Amino acid sequence: METRTDRPTTRPAVPEHRPAPASPAGTDHSPNAPISIHDVTVAYDRKPVLWDVDLDVPEGRLVGLIGPNGAGKSTLLKAILGLVPVISGRVAIYGKPLSKQRKLLGYVPQRESVDWDFPVTVRDVVQMGLYGQVGWFRRLRREHVRRADEALERVGMTDLADRQISQLSGGQQQRVFLARALAQDAQIYLMDEPFAGVDSATEKSIVALLHDLRNAGRTVVCVHHDLQTVAAYFDYVILLNMRVVTHGATADVYTEENLRKTYGGQLTLLSSAATALAQRH
Amino acid sequence: MISWSVIDTWIIIVGVLSAVGCALPGAYLLLRRQSMMGDAISHSVLPGIAGAYLIMGNREPLTLFLGAIVIGIVTTVLIRLVKHGGKIEDGAAMGVVFTALFALGLVMIRRAADHVDLDPDCVLYGAIELTFLDTVPFLGMDVPRAALLTGGMLLANVLFLGLLYKELKLSSFDPGLSDALGYSSRFLHHLLMVAIAATMVASFEAVGSILVIAMLIVPPACAYLLCNRLLPMLLVSAGFAAASAVLGHLSAIALPPVLGYEDTSTAGMMALAAGVLFGGVFFLSPKSGVLAQSWRRVRLGAQLLSEEVLGVLYRRQEAPGVSARPVLAPEELRRGAQGRTVEWLAGRRLVRQGYVRPVPGGFELTEPGLHEARRLIRAHRLWETWLVEEMNLRPDHVHGPASRLESVTGEAMEEELARETGAPAMDPHARRIPPAEKH
Ligand SMILES: Nc1ncnc2c1ncn2[C@@H]1O[C@H](COP(=O)(O)OP(=O)(O)O)[C@@H](O)[C@H]1O
Ligand SMILES: [Mg+2]
Repeated sequence: METRTDRPTTRPAVPEHRPAPASPAGTDHSPNAPISIHDVTVAYDRKPVLWDVDLDVPEGRLVGLIGPNGAGKSTLLKAILGLVPVISGRVAIYGKPLSKQRKLLGYVPQRESVDWDFPVTVRDVVQMGLYGQVGWFRRLRREHVRRADEALERVGMTDLADRQISQLSGGQQQRVFLARALAQDAQIYLMDEPFAGVDSATEKSIVALLHDLRNAGRTVVCVHHDLQTVAAYFDYVILLNMRVVTHGATADVYTEENLRKTYGGQLTLLSSAATALAQRH
Repeated sequence: MISWSVIDTWIIIVGVLSAVGCALPGAYLLLRRQSMMGDAISHSVLPGIAGAYLIMGNREPLTLFLGAIVIGIVTTVLIRLVKHGGKIEDGAAMGVVFTALFALGLVMIRRAADHVDLDPDCVLYGAIELTFLDTVPFLGMDVPRAALLTGGMLLANVLFLGLLYKELKLSSFDPGLSDALGYSSRFLHHLLMVAIAATMVASFEAVGSILVIAMLIVPPACAYLLCNRLLPMLLVSAGFAAASAVLGHLSAIALPPVLGYEDTSTAGMMALAAGVLFGGVFFLSPKSGVLAQSWRRVRLGAQLLSEEVLGVLYRRQEAPGVSARPVLAPEELRRGAQGRTVEWLAGRRLVRQGYVRPVPGGFELTEPGLHEARRLIRAHRLWETWLVEEMNLRPDHVHGPASRLESVTGEAMEEELARETGAPAMDPHARRIPPAEKH
């Protein structure tokens, strides 16, 4: 596990660059890709929300998953995690089915997905990230408790470890979720809007953390809303609106034209940035 | 004088065992916001029991538990199907399923009625008063069957919740992560529902469905108001459940003679006791109790009023031509019409902090009081300046917000404010901003 952490931070200078797949079936998948999504279609109550998504997420990248509200971004993350049934297609994690690779995945759900009045403390929540490592009926060992506390330290929440989670601000709640994922020490992190409702100082520190993860060779996929900061935060983007509009190195594919395709064409960069901002408040 | 007998002891034992046994899984229902599920299952257990009896031809505990397990799963699955198929919300789906199953159960009981005494009345109120009549030998004693049943059920619940403590905690708090980590939240949900159905079957005969439903919901609700962590919440739920059973029986013995009733339902009194305890917690809980909340309001009012007093005294002192220390008459405290408690508390607070001292005719500022007042006024006027300059508010609109902001302004914030406003000498109303104190 630890060997990856020590890898040099340099990556191949030329990113694998692929234009939007013309025919989804035509993509060749690498067996070493952290996440390989093969022709995945997902529907809720027969209403399709993801169509033929077919791509490899490259290793060691900080990937932005961008698209308008209701584009299926959360659904894509859930499909990767096996939390929603896929109608067709499959997902491979480092070439193997999800059921064998759960420990490699760390998940940061949308903050509204849980009840913040639940009677647990910050430390309790962070320890939950480690439950996957002990199995049914087993309790956490001392080593896990230590790892949870280290994760809290990394997000600067040590002082609040014994607080009930209902007494946290939005930014603090987000950091608890982040610490919980960090405690998992996963190879791949899937984060759903980790910047929603956090103040700018917290946002900066979270970005720094994500860069640390990437530099340690981890793959991070992050649903993101603020179009202004995409280029600064992510080195790879997936533009999604039910289908994958395009994906590739940020410098190559994050263009106004692709954004227009993603956001329906009628929206200008400015007005969609404005809606994105408005949604954050 | 109350006459106590071994019958009362057994009633209390059975009451406590079944109350605690219900409250523990009930806490999880409450946390999952599924307390209605307890209601649903309590109704649908009826066809489970009747069906098991009709098929197996006896009413041994094992038969009934099999019926409960089957019906627990059937109810849960049916509710999910109805919810998804009909695209309706949880509560409606439960309502559809449990009323249908309950009706089915009534029909089945009629058919079975020729053979057994499954009495619907008894299902509602139980027969805790009669438990001592039906005993079995256990460890060399004659123990009521109900005590063994409810005791076994409590033990099973403690084992179940203890073994799956972390799994249930995780899947109740964050089912998504639970699934992602390989602990199927749906499977755990079914297990919990089966445990609750079995708990009900064990308790029904003794205490009836009213008490079972009350104990599933009310003690956990008390504990929820008081606790910040899961394990304490479970223990406190158990404590409230036990207390309800004991208090309920004591009042069932003591009250009827006092009130002139003939008799009363022990199980009903236990449920009532739980309700009364909940009322007490609701008013008195330090976290969210009504009393605590109004006390916090009063304290906040007193803090604001005492800051206002310091401000008033300071402004009088800075007026041109004033040399003597101004005095605030006690009746001047009565400005905001906040009530006597707030005024009294504000006065006491100022004296205790040493900011004012009593003099003939009222209060005057002390030396520390003067410093504090100057600090508050400085913060107040800096805020007014900031609100006018940075937020473009009209000068006659900034007094209120500034008064609220001044009381939370610490040293660092004050320096920041002074920097951002350029540390002016005058505020927007052309009054002098006192300079920063040297620390
Ligand atoms: N549990 C669900 N049941 C039915 N429809 C859903 C469910 N979750 C999401 N949807 C629908 O699927 C679409 C995609 O949702 P989502 O993945 O949450 O989008 P995003 O995260 O990009 O905003 C939306 O139209 C949403 O209404
Ligand atoms: Mg979403």
